[in-house]
Amino acid sequence: MARLLVCPPDHFGIRYEINPWMRVSNAVDKDASLAQWRTLTRVLEQDAGAKLERMTPVQGLPDLVFTANAGVLHDGTAVVSRFRHPERRGEEEHFARWFKEHGYRVIHLDENCYFEGAGDLLGFPDTWFAGYRQRSDVKAHRVLSDVYGKEILPLELVTSRFYHLDTCFCPLSNGELLYYPPAFDAYAQATIADRVDERRRLVVSHAEATRFACNAVCIGSHVVLPSGCPETTARLQDRGYTPHPLNLDQFLKSGGSAKCLTLALD
Amino acid sequence: MLVVYHPSQVLAKINSLQVDQPTPAPGPNPPRVYNKTMATETVTLEGHVIDSLILAKVLDTILQRSGTFTIEEMHVGATREDASTATIAVHADSPQRLAAILHAIQPHGAMVEHAVDCTVEPAPKDGVLPDAFYATSHLPTQIRLDHQWLDVDAIEMDLAIRVTLDPPTVRTVPMADVKAGDLIVTGRTGVRVFPLERPHERDVFAFMAADVSSERPHPPMIADVAKRMRMICDNRLKADRNGEAACDPDPGTKVLFVGGPAIIHAGGREALSWLIESGFIHVLFCGNALAAHDVEAGLFGTSLGYGLRAGCAAPHGHEHHLRTINRVRNAGSLAQAVESGLIQDGVIASCVRQQVDMVLAGSIRDDGPLPGVITDTRQAQAAMRAALPGVGLALLVATTLHAIATGNCLPAKVPTVCVDINPAVPTKLSDRGSFQSIGLVMDAASFLRQLAQELGWEG
Repeated sequence: MARLLVCPPDHFGIRYEINPWMRVSNAVDKDASLAQWRTLTRVLEQDAGAKLERMTPVQGLPDLVFTANAGVLHDGTAVVSRFRHPERRGEEEHFARWFKEHGYRVIHLDENCYFEGAGDLLGFPDTWFAGYRQRSDVKAHRVLSDVYGKEILPLELVTSRFYHLDTCFCPLSNGELLYYPPAFDAYAQATIADRVDERRRLVVSHAEATRFACNAVCIGSHVVLPSGCPETTARLQDRGYTPHPLNLDQFLKSGGSAKCLTLALD
Repeated sequence: MLVVYHPSQVLAKINSLQVDQPTPAPGPNPPRVYNKTMATETVTLEGHVIDSLILAKVLDTILQRSGTFTIEEMHVGATREDASTATIAVHADSPQRLAAILHAIQPHGAMVEHAVDCTVEPAPKDGVLPDAFYATSHLPTQIRLDHQWLDVDAIEMDLAIRVTLDPPTVRTVPMADVKAGDLIVTGRTGVRVFPLERPHERDVFAFMAADVSSERPHPPMIADVAKRMRMICDNRLKADRNGEAACDPDPGTKVLFVGGPAIIHAGGREALSWLIESGFIHVLFCGNALAAHDVEAGLFGTSLGYGLRAGCAAPHGHEHHLRTINRVRNAGSLAQAVESGLIQDGVIASCVRQQVDMVLAGSIRDDGPLPGVITDTRQAQAAMRAALPGVGLALLVATTLHAIATGNCLPAKVPTVCVDINPAVPTKLSDRGSFQSIGLVMDAASFLRQLAQELGWEG
């Protein structure tokens, strides 16, 4: 059974602007965000069959809700994120503590080596892909590769709107890839094309990419994604998946959606 | 699942990364190519850099920003999980351009090798170096000063490196010339030495790497020496007509001839004189003896008392070189002896007429000596060094001590041809480690005649 880490949005809000989606003036509707998050967790647990672990929210850390950026976990070892923006660095100790308390061997990166967790590290069983340039440093991937003994292919993210790999790239459980090519440089696009054959590459349109269609959570045949992405939803259905489009627009105000709100624990 | 790469796939991939320049094949430590006009920094790239095309991107970025690169070392991971490592020397035509390239490639993981500035210490006394001074080789050398790699000027083996900070200058200095308080490079950090690039010309200098040949056929080698001399003379003409800036710095603009008296004894005087008169030689290093016997041959027809034509000792011939030296001393100088008509032909007369830069360095057993012979060895060294800039070929013929002294003063990049009947001399010269030194074990006169004939002498 898939286990996911989530954090209730009790203190979620737009308190600063560290990506082009964030506007402090674009206030979050607290009740709506709570309702959307509850729907998300219900679908993940009841429809997708995931087991959720809930972190305790912390006052003053509005983005703690985006647990995808906590770090990366694999084989009992957690590499804790080192955030590029000081605004989020306060989250690091809470994530590290949670990992430690739950039995993970915790590894910290050099403080000048930025890495924003599963937000920038996704993959298929054999190959992991890592986003760099916007938030994470390419040198972090080298360390992670040594820690986990995995091939990690760095992909350069070229636009600030798609600042994490999970905003434009979503591996699915049957080997398909949902992605938005213009978020990557030509070398990264060539690397993706080299590793994922054409019939498994599901290119997301600009309109739906900016609705965060790629910020989806795939658990078996279930795919939880933001609503307002009919093309992507239909294509997922065609491929035999069960899409669960959810309204998560309060979180989009902060540049996040379904995937950003979860961290796979395995 | 472990996926093992086939080396051919990896190589094909590396090759396919190239846009404008062929990637040197991965291999153990290919030489770092030195080019004086280039700024160079070495970077390493680690990780899954091949399949992610990060290596390709870095190399493309270097080229797109008008840089070039040399892959110094490439280790390709054996399996998908294994990381690869590339060590890349990045070259650009200015430090500013290099800095821009490094700035552009660092976000892709290219890490500048940990480089530190060199250390300097003041010289404790005049003529005394700090104890840990860096001793130079004759290979192109750079030191890192204030985060910049700077060429060491006038590189020569067995010297120290003196720096001034404002303005920054970096130059070799002989031990005896150092002044108390001069800043001298110490230790080895912040110093890098470049192996020489093989010469571009596909001639004897390219293929006979530091070879001493007594058994190989000499004519083709001599033909290549002649070709090199023509190239330098053409370049010199270009410089004369259009200024130094117009000529190609690579082949140089001067041919240096270093000779011993055996040239005169062996009958090479005419051929050497012709080479000088024809403008193929521009600097002459010799001792008292070559000049004395050359002039003696003109005045008495003997060399060290032996009749050059009769082939036997002339009566009282042992006095000839003393009388020769005495007459030249009376004339005041070799130049005045030529102008007055005392010396009419031969090596020295040709040098004076062609305004060849002559450095006559004396030795302890010299008679006379002739006027102009420098008897202070430090002054002689300094005069030799002063004549070296621009030398693109050195012919060291029939002299042991002058050949070795000259060899020690020459940067490794200057091709040298050492001709001696005694194999020990060319061997000693070739041990200097230049790619471009060739040794010919043969008679000096035969060499000079063949060389002059290659260049059009009809004698």
